[in-house]
Amino acid sequence: MSKIRFTEPNREILARRDSIINDLTRLVDPAGLITSTDECRAYETDALTAYRKMPLAVVLPKTTEEVSAVLKYCHDTGVKVVPRGAGTSLAGGAIPSEDAVVLGLSKMNRVLAVNYDDRFIRVEAGVTNLSVTAVVAENGFFYAPDPSSQLACTIGGNIANNSGGAHCLKYGVTTNNLLGVRMVLIDGSIIDLGGDYLDSAGLDLLGLVVGSEGQLGIVTEATLRILKSAEGARPVLFGFPSCEGAGKAVADVIAAGIIPVAIEYMDKAAIEICEAFAKAGYPLDVEALLIVEVEGSDAEMDATLADITAIARANGATTVRESRSAIETAAIWKGRKSAFGATGRVADYLCMDGTVPTGKLSYVLAEISKIVQRHGLRVANVFHAGDGNMHPLILYNANDPSQQSKAEAAGDDILRLCVEVGGCLTGEHGVGIEKRDLMRCQFDDADLVQQIRVRAAFDPRWLLNTDKVFPLDFRCQG
Amino acid sequence: MTDCYKPRDECGLSSAIKDAATAKMPLVVRGAGSKSAMGRPLGGYAMSLTTERMRGVSLYEPTELVIGALPGTPVSEIDRMLAKHNQMLPFEPMDHRVLFGTSAEPTIGGIVAGNVSGPRRIAVGACRDSLIGVRLVTGRGDVVKSGGRVMKNVTGLDLVKLNCGAWGTLGVLSEVIFKVLPKPARSLSVGLGGMNDTTAIAALTAALGSSFAVSAAAHIPASIGSDSTTIVRLEGSDGSVAYGARELAKLWRSFGRAELIEGDESANLWLRVRDAHWLAQPMDRSIWRLSLAPSKAPHVLADIRQKLGVRYFFDWGGGLVWLAVVDADDAGASVVREAMANTGGHATLVRASSEMRHRIDVFEPLPPAVLKLTQEIKKCFDPDRVLNFGRMYAGI
Repeated sequence: MSKIRFTEPNREILARRDSIINDLTRLVDPAGLITSTDECRAYETDALTAYRKMPLAVVLPKTTEEVSAVLKYCHDTGVKVVPRGAGTSLAGGAIPSEDAVVLGLSKMNRVLAVNYDDRFIRVEAGVTNLSVTAVVAENGFFYAPDPSSQLACTIGGNIANNSGGAHCLKYGVTTNNLLGVRMVLIDGSIIDLGGDYLDSAGLDLLGLVVGSEGQLGIVTEATLRILKSAEGARPVLFGFPSCEGAGKAVADVIAAGIIPVAIEYMDKAAIEICEAFAKAGYPLDVEALLIVEVEGSDAEMDATLADITAIARANGATTVRESRSAIETAAIWKGRKSAFGATGRVADYLCMDGTVPTGKLSYVLAEISKIVQRHGLRVANVFHAGDGNMHPLILYNANDPSQQSKAEAAGDDILRLCVEVGGCLTGEHGVGIEKRDLMRCQFDDADLVQQIRVRAAFDPRWLLNTDKVFPLDFRCQG
Repeated sequence: MTDCYKPRDECGLSSAIKDAATAKMPLVVRGAGSKSAMGRPLGGYAMSLTTERMRGVSLYEPTELVIGALPGTPVSEIDRMLAKHNQMLPFEPMDHRVLFGTSAEPTIGGIVAGNVSGPRRIAVGACRDSLIGVRLVTGRGDVVKSGGRVMKNVTGLDLVKLNCGAWGTLGVLSEVIFKVLPKPARSLSVGLGGMNDTTAIAALTAALGSSFAVSAAAHIPASIGSDSTTIVRLEGSDGSVAYGARELAKLWRSFGRAELIEGDESANLWLRVRDAHWLAQPMDRSIWRLSLAPSKAPHVLADIRQKLGVRYFFDWGGGLVWLAVVDADDAGASVVREAMANTGGHATLVRASSEMRHRIDVFEPLPPAVLKLTQEIKKCFDPDRVLNFGRMYAGI
């Protein structure tokens, strides 16, 4: 019934389960070792809930040294390891396998240092994204990447997936806001890449590690760049009678040399779902909605918004509503950021994450609705329009196996379309297991072979997050 | 003179590298050669390879803020094309001709190979942050692509960043793609005079910790010119820059009276900061570039100055220190690296005689576990060691 293949677990490892668990008890605090079926169930899936596998065991180390001891043990004895932050991956990046130990970072959640003069914060990898900003907000600073799952998702997971969010149009994604990491390699060695300064020495291994989906090592600490918050920020809602008008307005704003902090897009289906949930005051009589946020002094925001409003009106915007209070602003963003959760209340959904050139947005939106209709399903579109990172939510009923295959087939067609128009399979969610078998759409064998060689330089035995990212027939090519 | 491959396209590039790999013949890889005197010397190799004939802009979509070019394209050609649409490469790449006294125009491939950035790096990121896609030919002669033309992309391993700043030791770039930015409507500088290093870095830190669109921050101490100058650049819309300048003057009141510098005077000042203009002459001085947390910079400099005659200035709010060593028989390496040892930062010997660069680690020595990874990565890109072998580190 399900389309994504899992490899057969290694029977020899399964047979050794008791002795492996016994060995692990000597490596981590007993409170950090989970082995009962009931307790392991919390770790059998992530946010790609259609797929589940019970892990061999779960370890929750408290220190880098414990992570090192566990990895060294697993390396020496040939046991696979699946790293896990908060388990919010939409791509199945944290889904275990029966012969793997899940290494969760939830107990490594301390803030280690805050330095406003040098503008960084150093945290353990299990700290949540939102709590980083919470720590520095009292001094008027913030950490820029803000994925929708920021209440739950961890910095370690953000690094593994190069997470973005609504505000990365101006401030960049995780890789642009990360100064350094401490990480543990599969053989247990502990390395530091980068630090509290700009541009690390030697090859840019830090840049390589970001977005590597837990396959090169396990990050245990991170030094993040923090920024002073703007004096003010103001989102504006622009409602359009056509999707094309909204798409064109996005392209025209960028072309006019205006880089707002965020340009978020919602189609009619998404507007209705989010408004019902968040009561944000989204207009319901339009086909498409843009949330454009600008920031700066009041005078600067007024000037920029006047330019953006003129462009929106020229593209047919019928509703223009500026937020006039912090409460309104919060409601507007609550609606957007809870889009996935709110959608989950009305239907099961698959969330795609392809990125397309911004000039192709209108075309791709029209094609997406054709694709989804062809498969007999519905779609809600809510995404980061300014950087072309689309999130079509394909709605289906998970209790109907035929609908799940249709939804997955529609998702594959959408991602192929993203690649065809010059984009990519995933902008910020990662490949995980979900898009693993589509990698050949975007890459030639030579591209993948070179990536695999680099992966093998870090993890020659393919023990880290083994069955993710690369097609299963691509392995260990030295 | 060495013989030189001058491929005209990616196919020719691939076959040249395959030839070299088959013959196990190391190649000196370069663009126009403006930075050939940087890195460990590669004097003994019989063959070189230049990408300077692989020229031209391959992709430019002004409305999508993306530009792509072949590696041998002069940076000036890209700047001109972007300027027609009032856009720019965000990271303001340094022109090394000033320091090296070379004349050939820097190519975009060379900029990427060295991850070369400038003063705006603190506001918008380095070259590696704007670079969103590459094509390259590995030491095996394989053509490999990574990234692409869209700004958000986490599909597969990021070989884009890995090759940015690898000095051509892993692959030879055959195409580079950047995200670009609109040119700011207005740019001006705000300066303070008469400050010592510690106070100056404190003033820059205050500016960088504000929300006033600071795009660059430097301190030129009195030892360089007549008076010391502490400057920040503000960039943005007319209104935001004017507002920021007023607010910054207030913020800086305790440091002194802020002066506005506009137009060409401001632009020329930042060109000099970008290119380390003040340290270029005399040409026989060794030049270091230190990257460290800004708050540590004044102490490190005080420490170095006790033991060594140096001329220096600070960019990146104090996070980048340029240093010309007046006289020392190891180019100042022992003093500089000892002063940097506990900072976590790193020091690069940018300019020195070939003999000195042979004897002294040019790039910061790597800890054993990181060195081992670096060796493994080199091996998987370039197993026959044909590409700039040894330019960054011995054996890599």
